[in-house]
Amino acid sequence: MKANITGPATRDTDLERSQLEAELAETWKTPSGLWAALATVDHKIIGRRYILTAFVFLALGGILAALMRIQLAQPEARLIGPDRYNQIFTMHGANMMFLFAVPVMEAMAVYLVPLMLGTRNIAFPRLNAFSYWIYLAGGTLLWLSFALDMAPDVGWFAYVPLSGPQYGAGKRADIWAQMITFTELSALAVAVELVVTIFKQRAPGMTLDRIPVFVWAMLVTAFLVIMAMPAIMVASTSLILDRLVGTHFYNPAEGGDVLLWQHLFWFFGHPEVYIIFLPAAGMVSTMIEPFARRPAFGYLALVMALIATGILSFGLWVHHMFVAGLPRLGNSFFTASSMAIAIPAGVQVFCWIATLWDGKPVFATPLLFIIGFIVTFVIGGLTGVMVASVPFDTQVHDTYFVVAHFHYVLIGGAVFPLLGAVHYWFPKITGRMMSETLGKWSFWLIFVGFNLTFFPMHILGLQGMPRRIYTYQPDMPWHGINLFVSLSAIILVAGFLIFFLNAIRSARSGSVADDNPWAAPTLEWATPSPPPSYNFARVPVVSGSHPLWDCSDGLAVANGLRTDRRELVVTSLVAAEPQAREASPRNSIWPLWAAIATTVMLIWSIFSPWAVVWGSIPISITLIGWFWPKSIPEDES
Amino acid sequence: MRRATRLAWVVTPAVLLAGCDGWQSALDAHGTSAVSLKQLIILIVAVCSVVWMLVMIALIMALWRNRRERPLPVTPQPSTQRRMTATVIAAVAATTVVISGFTIMSFFATRALGIGGNDELTIKVRGLQWWWSVEYFGARSEERFETANEIHIPVGRNVRFKLEGLDVIHSFWVPSLAGKQDLVPGRANELIIRAEKPGIYRGQCAEFCGMQHAHMAFLVIAESPDEFDKWINAQRQPAVQPSEEELAGGQRTFLEKPCAACHTVRGTAASGTTGPDLTHVGSRKYIAAGLFETTRGSLAAWIADPQTIKPGNNMPMVPLTPEELRAVSAYLASLK
Repeated sequence: MKANITGPATRDTDLERSQLEAELAETWKTPSGLWAALATVDHKIIGRRYILTAFVFLALGGILAALMRIQLAQPEARLIGPDRYNQIFTMHGANMMFLFAVPVMEAMAVYLVPLMLGTRNIAFPRLNAFSYWIYLAGGTLLWLSFALDMAPDVGWFAYVPLSGPQYGAGKRADIWAQMITFTELSALAVAVELVVTIFKQRAPGMTLDRIPVFVWAMLVTAFLVIMAMPAIMVASTSLILDRLVGTHFYNPAEGGDVLLWQHLFWFFGHPEVYIIFLPAAGMVSTMIEPFARRPAFGYLALVMALIATGILSFGLWVHHMFVAGLPRLGNSFFTASSMAIAIPAGVQVFCWIATLWDGKPVFATPLLFIIGFIVTFVIGGLTGVMVASVPFDTQVHDTYFVVAHFHYVLIGGAVFPLLGAVHYWFPKITGRMMSETLGKWSFWLIFVGFNLTFFPMHILGLQGMPRRIYTYQPDMPWHGINLFVSLSAIILVAGFLIFFLNAIRSARSGSVADDNPWAAPTLEWATPSPPPSYNFARVPVVSGSHPLWDCSDGLAVANGLRTDRRELVVTSLVAAEPQAREASPRNSIWPLWAAIATTVMLIWSIFSPWAVVWGSIPISITLIGWFWPKSIPEDES
Repeated sequence: MRRATRLAWVVTPAVLLAGCDGWQSALDAHGTSAVSLKQLIILIVAVCSVVWMLVMIALIMALWRNRRERPLPVTPQPSTQRRMTATVIAAVAATTVVISGFTIMSFFATRALGIGGNDELTIKVRGLQWWWSVEYFGARSEERFETANEIHIPVGRNVRFKLEGLDVIHSFWVPSLAGKQDLVPGRANELIIRAEKPGIYRGQCAEFCGMQHAHMAFLVIAESPDEFDKWINAQRQPAVQPSEEELAGGQRTFLEKPCAACHTVRGTAASGTTGPDLTHVGSRKYIAAGLFETTRGSLAAWIADPQTIKPGNNMPMVPLTPEELRAVSAYLASLK
């Protein structure tokens, strides 16, 4: 730590533990009351909100899925008409991808990454608050439009010309495109916060090779967000321009190109899959340690696999377009790159199995979800290898085979680890354990229900059933399997209901958790459950990759931070040597105002291009309020 | 429980792959490329199943072997660490070999798909919301004709489909004959199909194209060259003139009401091009893009209320008296 700088400010160096905690609590607190709740910039409170909101969207998306399964249980069902059905599957996809999967992973990171790095708040905490409000507004917009029967009905990738001005009537496609703007805005904000937090706010001594693998995964993911989101931003903006002011980006009659949309969308859309999967893989690598009772095998290999996946993910978007009529042999390049991504995925799977092999597995619920993840994700990976083959893909593209494939990857590959992660980190977040009995019930029901629901869809696809059809005729040989799938979905739903029940019950009355109930090695377990507003009374100093396992005689800590203002330690990029004490912003209501102003502008701009001009005025005002110096200790340089 | 599930995963696909019956199935292949695709699919699925089982065996052994107590947490032993490193490297190498094999295989399979041949028949297919317009050509321009939703091809001959998307993107897919190909507005795509066995094969739009994407089917009827020639000669003829009074009345109604504004019946004044060509609609097996078998009754039901039967489609409800409806449907059914 730097030598003490003389001055009147209070430092933590000389304080007793109890006095220190009292002073820090006063400085970092979020007072009670609605106003304070709206103004908080505590990453834990915002992270919790983010996680809860994302799970609400998961439940809503699940209800849509159940509706589709009821409709498809029998041929020529008249329960849901084509118009509503098209809205439902579009909502299901858009909701699950943009409002659940991506945000929930970032939400987990918003909560966990600062704790795992031993710092007191995320970087740019007000931007963090802003990003949550924007996310909430985008989700509300989409669901309100659904309630008003004007939800998007063009599929979650909204291919033009169907979503273009000529065929996409009303404001439905605009709502889809603007919902994208909301979610990309919030995702970009969180990505920037995470990169800066991970690069500059690690605990002293946490060199690059001591970062928990989950944090590495979030770093790679954040870079993927930063590089992939601009493509969709260009795509959705030019779609809105085509629809609102009559440009012709996607109109072939005026020199535009229909396939331009697909290139732009999938240049984002494929990395998007890894934006969802990499955090999940990171969770597995991190969670497997306490349950295998062994450090993860092949730390370097795991991290390199994450980075390799991130890089490769930008080179395979064309495999979504194998039947669009691009030059066939050119497609073969994308076959090769799509197949190649199986190598880093394989590296990780083999490392996890090796970790379990050499460890002593403790079969708690999180480990069950990890095992379920490996079983199903390997299937999803292998069917991914299948659809990467151009000739194979010409028979299964846009069929239920692909529906089965991506649910294996997204549910098996991302939701299973996420559910394990919820069980794992629940005691840290709430201070209470989730019930193991209910946890195991929910795992088995979800695991069995998932496989019974989705495996038969592979066969449906090969039997010629296209995706996105609201019904099918009785003379097609699909009804038996469809009925079976719909019935199996009941098991899956039951599993999720038990999971939600378990979470709600445990949050109220679960057994009280101590600081480190799983005897885990990472820093978030070095502070009470739930953590105090300042996270760590004294900033931990790290000398190994498993701080709580390496030094069983207590963690070294750093001194010298001021307690009268929000302050954290900034460390160097590679070696994490302490460089400076840096102020961390106080609570502020301005991010909420800025988010409201931005929301008004974005929704208004669905209807008039002038919204961008006039709407930017209130945004500017709120931003000025946000950054205006307020003569508080945090403003001192 | 788990073992039973695993067993089911292995056995079920095998059973279904073996005994699959359907007229729209990649597993019931009767076209040259569908047959080779099916072989490729079975090979890749088989190899992948073996890979999955090997991984599962490794996982189960990993979970099984260390149930005995050990000090917590484990400190990795250098010798174990070395052995594990070697094993993981070997597994990654094996993965690389397998996927390289798949890549090479699909490269050659892709190349084979695009190869045409001499003596090709060219058919133009246009995708519209939500039906298929089919155009045949001949040596002379008057041999050209259009039909809809039903494509006849000769067995054993390469047929080159020129695919054109007129409104939104559709995808032309007859799984029993070949893989799919999108119809993209502004692009000229092609697909070569060769049926090896006479039969009726169903196809369906495979790219989401709006409200009635689910009801955009078509038939490909592969028949012997003789039968095909007979069919094509019949289709080239204009519509038969009605001989009976009721049919003549139906024709009058058809021409006087808005029907003729959208539909063509060659040999009459009806020459609309928005809807399907109805010159020989009575000879087609289905109406409304695969929705109903063609009968007088189904035609009448369709004309009476197309929006309830296929909501959102572009055919409006034309108010007709019961007599007119009966006559028009009788007339259309007579257009063999």
